[in-house]
Amino acid sequence: MPIISTAGLARTFQTKRGPVEAVRGIDLTVRPGEIVGFLGPNGAGKTTTLRMLTTLLPPTGGAATVAGHDLATDPAGVRRVSGYVAQSGGVDPQITVREELITQGRLYRLTKSQAVERAEELARDLDLTELLDRKCAALSGGQRRRLDIAMALTHRPMVLFLDEPTTGLDPASRADLWKLVRRLRDEHGTTIFLTTHYLDEADALADRIVVVDQGLVVADGTPSALKLKYGGSIDATLQDTFLAITGRGPSPADTTPVAV
Amino acid sequence: MLLHDTALIFGRYARQTLRSRFAMLFGVLMPLLYLLFFGPLLTGVPLDSRGSSWQVLVPGLLLQLSLFGASFAGFMIILEKQTGVVERMRVTPVSRLALLLGRVLRDAAVFVFQAVLLVLAALIMGLRAPLAGILIGFVFVALLTVSLASLSYALAMKARSQHEFGPAINALTMPSMLLSGLMLPMSLAPGWLDVLSHFVPFRYLVDVMRDAYVGSYATPSMLYGVLAAVGLTTLAVTVGTRVFRTAGA
Repeated sequence: MPIISTAGLARTFQTKRGPVEAVRGIDLTVRPGEIVGFLGPNGAGKTTTLRMLTTLLPPTGGAATVAGHDLATDPAGVRRVSGYVAQSGGVDPQITVREELITQGRLYRLTKSQAVERAEELARDLDLTELLDRKCAALSGGQRRRLDIAMALTHRPMVLFLDEPTTGLDPASRADLWKLVRRLRDEHGTTIFLTTHYLDEADALADRIVVVDQGLVVADGTPSALKLKYGGSIDATLQDTFLAITGRGPSPADTTPVAV
Repeated sequence: MLLHDTALIFGRYARQTLRSRFAMLFGVLMPLLYLLFFGPLLTGVPLDSRGSSWQVLVPGLLLQLSLFGASFAGFMIILEKQTGVVERMRVTPVSRLALLLGRVLRDAAVFVFQAVLLVLAALIMGLRAPLAGILIGFVFVALLTVSLASLSYALAMKARSQHEFGPAINALTMPSMLLSGLMLPMSLAPGWLDVLSHFVPFRYLVDVMRDAYVGSYATPSMLYGVLAAVGLTTLAVTVGTRVFRTAGA
């Protein structure tokens, strides 16, 4: 049984210049324990899809279930089984790491002592113990990301949604984050659904890649299957494969030509 | 669960207030300056009141404190939308209503505390008023704060940026202050202005507070004031709840 399944999931925004179809109809299934890379150019509808799957934004069409909970009829159930890290993260810079972790536990309805215990457990697991009494503003980019993920893991979710988790991180922190994502899946069986701009990240980390363009799924498969089908060979770069699928690069920053 | 969550959110923002005590004292500065440098000008002016000029001015300043302070409460939500704190909380099972109530109750506590400071300063300046009246005044400060802060948070959830939010709030608070007779009683106004001011709900709150400060509690204006305050609070909290319940703000 799939842990995430969507059918025709769509979102249209009403603007002054008429309706904008940010997501036209996403059909996908994710198996438990999979790491899925959700890839697409800017404005393809990646974040909008994620915000719908995490109950932040009501869909205007279609349906979806997360771990058996229907998005439309049981959003509270979806919230209990999933964790979400937005691109911006979600901590107050003026508050200490410890206070944020404890508050998060309390928001998930743990008692005070359970929340204190869970905060220390998460800090040990995500290498934040030394930082517990620092203000969030004093953390480095990589430390901030680990904290954001720790917050999202407070209630031991079955599914973790990550929106561009490595954007803005240095290469070493990025490599650490990849390791962490794999470890979460291997140790806890957590299903991980992440969006990214970086093709090498999707290639190295994801079991399966789902490419979206203009609000629709345009390709879906393992990295090597996509390379073979769209890039012409299993040795094709994911860059070429991506260009073949969408007709353009994943984002302007990644496609800047090297001066010769 | 609503109580648990409201207490949790209240605690989070109360700690935030306690971390910036300086900012809290700064909030009392504007009405305090009015008290010090504007109050003495009124002592000999006929104000159409049964009490002293202080019994006219202080209730106005207390509501002014709440009007300007609580209306801008939404700025905090705009900052928290940018840091992602709002969405991080909204994906947890926390009660949506508690996200609003915890914040507005913190604001009510802050402004009632500031109102107490201001009344203490006014007592030194020469205010004499019955204790019951002063306590009733604090209740109205709390109700007005809850109303305006709820509306402010609701607007801030909808606003795209602080550049949109600030001017909108200014455009609403200035006329409200002038038309409610906060500074000088509207009974001094020409007929057309007096009539116009009756369309501003704060007018009734100002009247009832001034009545309370001279010790008259069983008056028609007390009835209108209570109705206006309760009506405004109900409306504002309903609007706030609707905005906080619907996702995607």
